[in-house]
Amino acid sequence: MTALAITDLHKSFASTEGPIPVLRGVSLELAPGASLALTGESGSGKSTLLHIAAGLEPADRGEVRVAGAAMTGTDDDTRARLRRGTVGLVFQQFNLIPSLTVAGNLAFQARLADRHDPDWTDALAQRLGLADLVARYPEALSGGQQQRVAVGRCLAARPAVVLADEPTGNLDEATGDAVLDLLLEACAEAGAALLLVTHSPRLAARCDARLHLRAGVVAAP
Amino acid sequence: MTRAALRALAAYWARAPLQLAMLLLGLALATALWSGVQALNTEARSAYASAEALLGEADLDRLEAASGRIDEADHVALRRAGWQVSPVLEGRADLGAARVTVLGIDPLTAPPRTGAAGPGLAADDLGAFLGGQGRGFAHPETLDAVVGAAQVDLRADTNVPVGTVLVDIAQAQRLLDAPGALSRLLIAPDQPTGLPPLADIVPHLDRIAPAGDGGLAALTDSFHLNLTAFGLLAFAVGLFIVHSAVGLAFEQRRAMFRTLRALGLPLRRLMVLALAELMALALLAGLAGLALGYWVAALLLPDVAASLRGLYGAPVPGALRFDPLWALAGLGMALAGALAAGGQSLWRLWHMPVLAPAQPRAWATASAAAMRAQGAGAAGLAVVALGLGIWGDGLVAGFALLAAMLLAAALAVPVLLAGLIALVGRAVARAGPVAEWLAADARQQLPGLSLALMALMLALAANIGVGTMVGSFRATFIGWLDQRLVAEAYVTARTEDEARALRAWLEPRTDAILPVWSVETTLAGQPARVFGTADHATYRDHWPLLQSSPDAWDRLAAGEGVLINEQLARRADLWPGAALTIPGAGAFDVVAVYSDYGNPRGQAMLGIDAFTAAFPDAPRRQHALRLPPEDVPALRADLQDAFGLPSTLISDQAAAKALSMAIFERTFAITRALNVLTLSVAAVALFASLVTLSGIRLAQLAPLWALGMTRRRLAVLDLARTVALAALTAVIALPVGVALAQVLLAVINVQAFGWRLPLQLFPADWLRLTGWALLAATAAAALPALRLARSTPGALLRVFATAR
Ligand SMILES: Nc1ncnc2c1ncn2[C@@H]1O[C@H](COP(=O)(O)OP(=O)(O)OP(=O)(O)O)[C@@H](O)[C@H]1O
Ligand SMILES: [Mg+2]
Repeated sequence: MTALAITDLHKSFASTEGPIPVLRGVSLELAPGASLALTGESGSGKSTLLHIAAGLEPADRGEVRVAGAAMTGTDDDTRARLRRGTVGLVFQQFNLIPSLTVAGNLAFQARLADRHDPDWTDALAQRLGLADLVARYPEALSGGQQQRVAVGRCLAARPAVVLADEPTGNLDEATGDAVLDLLLEACAEAGAALLLVTHSPRLAARCDARLHLRAGVVAAP
Repeated sequence: MTRAALRALAAYWARAPLQLAMLLLGLALATALWSGVQALNTEARSAYASAEALLGEADLDRLEAASGRIDEADHVALRRAGWQVSPVLEGRADLGAARVTVLGIDPLTAPPRTGAAGPGLAADDLGAFLGGQGRGFAHPETLDAVVGAAQVDLRADTNVPVGTVLVDIAQAQRLLDAPGALSRLLIAPDQPTGLPPLADIVPHLDRIAPAGDGGLAALTDSFHLNLTAFGLLAFAVGLFIVHSAVGLAFEQRRAMFRTLRALGLPLRRLMVLALAELMALALLAGLAGLALGYWVAALLLPDVAASLRGLYGAPVPGALRFDPLWALAGLGMALAGALAAGGQSLWRLWHMPVLAPAQPRAWATASAAAMRAQGAGAAGLAVVALGLGIWGDGLVAGFALLAAMLLAAALAVPVLLAGLIALVGRAVARAGPVAEWLAADARQQLPGLSLALMALMLALAANIGVGTMVGSFRATFIGWLDQRLVAEAYVTARTEDEARALRAWLEPRTDAILPVWSVETTLAGQPARVFGTADHATYRDHWPLLQSSPDAWDRLAAGEGVLINEQLARRADLWPGAALTIPGAGAFDVVAVYSDYGNPRGQAMLGIDAFTAAFPDAPRRQHALRLPPEDVPALRADLQDAFGLPSTLISDQAAAKALSMAIFERTFAITRALNVLTLSVAAVALFASLVTLSGIRLAQLAPLWALGMTRRRLAVLDLARTVALAALTAVIALPVGVALAQVLLAVINVQAFGWRLPLQLFPADWLRLTGWALLAATAAAALPALRLARSTPGALLRVFATAR
């Protein structure tokens, strides 16, 4: 079974000059435990693809399946349930819930998915170097620390697919590399598939496979 | 550059129309309620002033008889001796459909009016007009009420107090059926020299100095202080709405300010533009507020007038005049208020480093230090309130106590709520991550909502407090009426002769005829009324005594003692055992104190024999009748047949009680209106805060949405959170409200009216009020929640993309 299967995805946004097509028939597949880097120019539709895959935005046409379950063509509640239990999301910034501590944030999605394993969460916090920060609130963390919490929170829920949208885009090179190392290792350990959106060829090179998005379709990098 | 900058500033409001609406609404509301209350106070005060200035009586010495009636012969004797005095006859009479005060004067000798209270009636005009037969002046409202009165031809004049007709003295004697009688003689300030002393000419008349304290104005001070306090509170709440709206608008435009300055706009120019923007908004809101305020005042004035009449018998018209000065003052308040509310934002703009990042979230949350400071302030004020409660004395101390208590409670609201939420949070943390988040989130949202929640707490406490006070009063009052109105019927004769005939006629037809005879006088330096009281079981068994010596009724009957009402006892500190001098009757021992609600003045009861001996001239036309209740209708019919008495002069117990209850309800008409208004203001404040916060709320909720919670669920949770906060606030408001009621009953009422009432609790009312509060909170939170439920994925996703 594939962790993530996207078939013939179409999406356009309305504008005053009529609809602007962004995705024009994108297909891709990702096996459990595999990692795929998605690159492309700014505005090429990488984030849009990720949002549709996560069920945050509806597609115009085409299909998305996560761990075998249909994400497209379903109602709000189903998509929310899939997001809770099957998908892990890491954005470039502002991932965390401001009113919860690091510990609260780390456990949140796992508890929401009814899959909370304190030992696993603690182990993740150790791995990510967050053990000393669990009592802090997000606003008292640096950008790199915040991203590590976001990665930990996503993995604590043991998702089948991790969707990461430039997770290291706001970080300096060394910190970014460290966070990405953790993400890759943890995903492999947990058997989660990783779809990584990035601008950096260097980071992309560290994934199992690479795809390039151009003019709304997948091209060779 | 300037124009481009202005356009950039204004463009923000176009994108945030709700925030703009809240800013305008807050300021308009503040202006409206403040200036509305001002209009009410001004209108009422000018009515008192015109009542007193009508004859300039407030400044003049006068001559009065202990019996309340002066013979015209005394007037003639005084004028012959060279004294400059002017006669006045005052009494109540039925005119057309209304009962009015008839004020008879002599236009030729009436003293020129003191100018303090407006134009007054020009003397020549007055003389010329009143000189004619059967003419008089009355307020237009009185004219409407007495429509169909054939006895007198009235001309409208707004200088005459409502409910009064001003006529020539002969006319008054005719209307009041009191030929040759006068109420008092006004002594002109400048008298010829070498006059014989008054005591030689009219030894039976007392010279009385003017009260000097402005009479009605002083009596009604506490009422107006109440209104002003309410206006100020509403103004403050409105300003807080403005403060948060302006603060957020400035915070959210930081990036734009930064860009404008980077593009070369001087800071000074930017400041001027921001100030101009604020003032333009204030002007707009101020004008709207004035219109709203005038409307509110016009709407409330009938209630205020009814309350003032019920409480103090103060003549206040039910229609509002427009005063341009009032409008200017209101606009000034709006501008000043906007400056005060926006000052902090302007100051920050002035000191903002060009490259400071915007922090709307930090702006909406407060530090633990601020919370601690607030808690300390609350504790300090609570101590002040406690001190005032123990050692304070007087009306001002009473109001200071109220203010300190309410302010302490308001400041404590966020601290208490934080504590309560922490408790609840700990209890529900096990229930799941959403419950835990909800509690943590509510805790973090507190600073942004705390002002609105404080306003809600104050509104609820005021409602509970005033409601409890009125309810306690009503319960006591009903019990008191049952004691006080024991007689089955009351009958008033039109003349002394008729009264004599009535007494003879009633003698065989009733169980008892009890005199209700009284005279106006001055007791312990205050205007008061003395009654003659028969020795009868009606009084012995029922009279509502608060304190008495053992043989009170015997000593009263024997002419040794006097009973006084609570007002007089408290004001003059006269309790059983003390002595009271009644002018013209001598000194008596106070043997008992009785409760006497709904009457602002002092009162005393003498035994009937002592009374008639001291006041042989007192009118003896009113009587209370004891007879089997079922015989009352027959007696009433017989009385009308035998004497042709108008039905208004015969009243039965039920009618008397109904009348008293009607006066009671009228007295508190304004409190109901104000209660509804305070709750509405709080609801609007809550709505404004939620709408203002909803601008930055999306950023807090987007992560939760991304993690797998639907927008609908988040919206429902947001709504539930607001309602839960309102419920917790209601829990805090309850004890505050009861404390407020206790202060009103035990401190303010005693100072303002002279009576103290026992506190009674009305839990059913609290439940109903809490229901209203939750409904108001739901209404306030509904729109932001709906907008959240309907927000697009794009709007939520932008949270993760935009720099904040
Ligand atoms: N909600 C929206 N409404 C209208 N147009 C949108 C919306 N979201 C994205 N777009 C447009 O769709 C296109 C693709 O946007 P998307 O964010 O997916 O690009 P991206 O590849 O992630 O770019 P970047 O590397 O800069 O993040 C862009 O042209 C963008 O302007
Ligand atoms: Mg993107």
